[in-house]
Amino acid sequence: MAVCIAVIAKENYPLYIRSVPTENELKFHYTVHTSLDVVDEKISAMGKALVDQRELYLGLLYPTEDYKVYGYVTNSKVKFVMVVDSSNTALRDNSHSSMFRKLHNSYTDIMCNPFYNPGDRIQSRAFDTMVNSMMMQVC
Amino acid sequence: AAAAGTGGLLLPLSETEQQRYSELFSRCCPPPEAAAGGSSVGELFRASQLPPDTLHQITEVCGAKRVGYFGPAQFYIALKLIAAAQSGFPVRIESIKNELPLPRFMALKNDTEVRYGTPAEFHGVKFQVPHATLEKNSFKRTDEGDKQDHKSPPMSPICSPPASPSTYQRIPLSYGYGKARTGLEQQHGAPYEVRHSTHQQDGPSSGNYGAKSALTCSTPNRSLSVEREQQDSSTQYSDDPWRITEEQRDYYVNQFRSLQPDLNAFISGSVAKNFFTKSKLPILELSHIWELSDVDCDGALTLPEFCAAFHLVVARKNGYQLPETLPETLLPEYLQAACLKPIRDCALFDSYSEPLPSSQQARDFSRTEKSSAEEVPDSSALLQDGKKDDQQALKASTTLKTIPKEFQHLTVKAAAQEPNALRARPRSRSYSSTSIEDAMKKGEEPPTPPPRPQKSHSRASSLDLNKIFQQNTQAVRSGWLPPPPPALPPRPSVSQTEQPSEVELHPQMNRPPSQAEENSSAKKEVVLAQPPSKPARRKLRTEAQGLETPELSPTINVTSTLPAVKPHLPVQKQSSKQKRAIQTAIRKNKEANAVLARLNSELQQQLKEVHKERIALETQLEQLRPVTVL
Repeated sequence: MAVCIAVIAKENYPLYIRSVPTENELKFHYTVHTSLDVVDEKISAMGKALVDQRELYLGLLYPTEDYKVYGYVTNSKVKFVMVVDSSNTALRDNSHSSMFRKLHNSYTDIMCNPFYNPGDRIQSRAFDTMVNSMMMQVC
Repeated sequence: AAAAGTGGLLLPLSETEQQRYSELFSRCCPPPEAAAGGSSVGELFRASQLPPDTLHQITEVCGAKRVGYFGPAQFYIALKLIAAAQSGFPVRIESIKNELPLPRFMALKNDTEVRYGTPAEFHGVKFQVPHATLEKNSFKRTDEGDKQDHKSPPMSPICSPPASPSTYQRIPLSYGYGKARTGLEQQHGAPYEVRHSTHQQDGPSSGNYGAKSALTCSTPNRSLSVEREQQDSSTQYSDDPWRITEEQRDYYVNQFRSLQPDLNAFISGSVAKNFFTKSKLPILELSHIWELSDVDCDGALTLPEFCAAFHLVVARKNGYQLPETLPETLLPEYLQAACLKPIRDCALFDSYSEPLPSSQQARDFSRTEKSSAEEVPDSSALLQDGKKDDQQALKASTTLKTIPKEFQHLTVKAAAQEPNALRARPRSRSYSSTSIEDAMKKGEEPPTPPPRPQKSHSRASSLDLNKIFQQNTQAVRSGWLPPPPPALPPRPSVSQTEQPSEVELHPQMNRPPSQAEENSSAKKEVVLAQPPSKPARRKLRTEAQGLETPELSPTINVTSTLPAVKPHLPVQKQSSKQKRAIQTAIRKNKEANAVLARLNSELQQQLKEVHKERIALETQLEQLRPVTVL
């Protein structure tokens, strides 16, 4: 159950960002933004030769005292970043991977839509539904 | 029963009134029952041609709503109220105390012919009817109470856009009618029955109850109270705006055909995008419609998916809100079962395409893998040769070719699709050209919703370009240049170094120079399909292709007896020789496709780099520019 999920384009601008409604959502945006550096670091560390074998799931990028940030990058350099509450220990690492995989699948479904231009903000209801299902339920 | 006992009200009924009323009552109410059947009462009330809310009011006032049925008292009062309303009095108990003329009941004219005729007229005429009957339904429901399990959900979407223009509202309703009428006569809920029997009512003149006998004959057929209960719970009939009627389906199928002749094949995303963009709906909504209808999320639409998408577009244009999920009646499985069965006119296609895919597919794919190193000019020539074959064979037998989807992205149309092109699609999707085809599409009129099928759709109409292209002149070709959008002209300068690929991408521009010497040999074929990479030329009849294609490969045996200028090849039996030729052509086409795809990606890469350079230059420019003081 994520607290914030973001889809970042190759050029590092957000295509989609959705957080659990709290009083300070901007904090999540900032967290995501700073984690992008870590993402870039990880993918550049792999080197060009390993591009094909590069793991899509990047794992834990960046822990803070409250949150953990996980990353996932596709082959077209679209990044998925997920911020998870540290206190929520219910999730295991492989579940993060599966969550990212679901995100990735939804993203490809959006891509299939001919009315979607790559680089646009994602406004798909199906994607929203899927992301909402992954977000923490804040009562 | 001269006294109506509703609330102690005594109604004086005159002799004639009493007689008439009892006639009517017995008509509506089979003798064993004490109360009149709701549907027949409803018909009768509607025949009074009062507006539906008046009728509603009448029902309430006469007490039928309260007691839940139309007893004799209620019925008589209702009749009196109808008479009052028809005389212009308000619907009140007080008004019927006066001396009133007899209520007049006109029957609605039989509109079955009208409906099957021009739908436009039908809509104009019958608007009141659907609306009235809808109101009647709600009215019925209140009357009959639990006698009817009416489907309230279908009501709501229909009633929800009251503000939308009447012309829009009636379309789905009337289509609901068409569907209900054509399909399923027996097991309907009362709404359908009521409407149906109303429509069946022939027109007696006012006060003439000669139709009574007709009505009594028809109503038992409907077996009112019995069948009213039998509502098919899994399907929703006339009220459902998401149900596609036969007319609509035919229209959609025709539209599909205009985009893609093989009904078993797919419409690619870009084609569909252009098509639906013409509906002038906002992109966001189109995107949502696509999401709803492309159930398998493959970026292409099958026939049922296309029908669903088109139906959603029509509904949206008529003011309905798009649903969050695809309605059950629009699911591809549902539509496929329903609509693809009658569409078996592809007998020819089936016979032709079946032997090919299984044999061809594996072979072709392997060949396309290996063909990457092939010479581009050669492949382009072959491509065009192959195209000519394709076109000729196409023309000959009006069958479809099993050209893979990749190729189809270039041609977009008039190419057969392998039935199991699903395998091809993941690959081909990456090749689907976006800007090229978009730029090359010629402008066409936007598709209109089904109610106006008379509108000549530019896609469906055959152009006179056949005649234009009968002359083998470059002037004609250059005459074609203006129609393509201006995005094209810059291309030749960019791609001078890639002339072979340009031949495919811009057959118009490059063929004139490259084919000047080949025109003589071009007078060989008549072809039907369009030039290979001109998706817009759907109706470009064969001359253009025949005239523009380069020399034929001698290995391809084509019927050389056909004059090049002949616009239409007579239908020929497909010989096995032609089949083989077509197969070779297909193989070559596939190879060419792979090459083109690679070229495309390379060009894209170049484009990106050029773009980057441009950005860099722009930033430099900004820096060099003197700082402007605010």
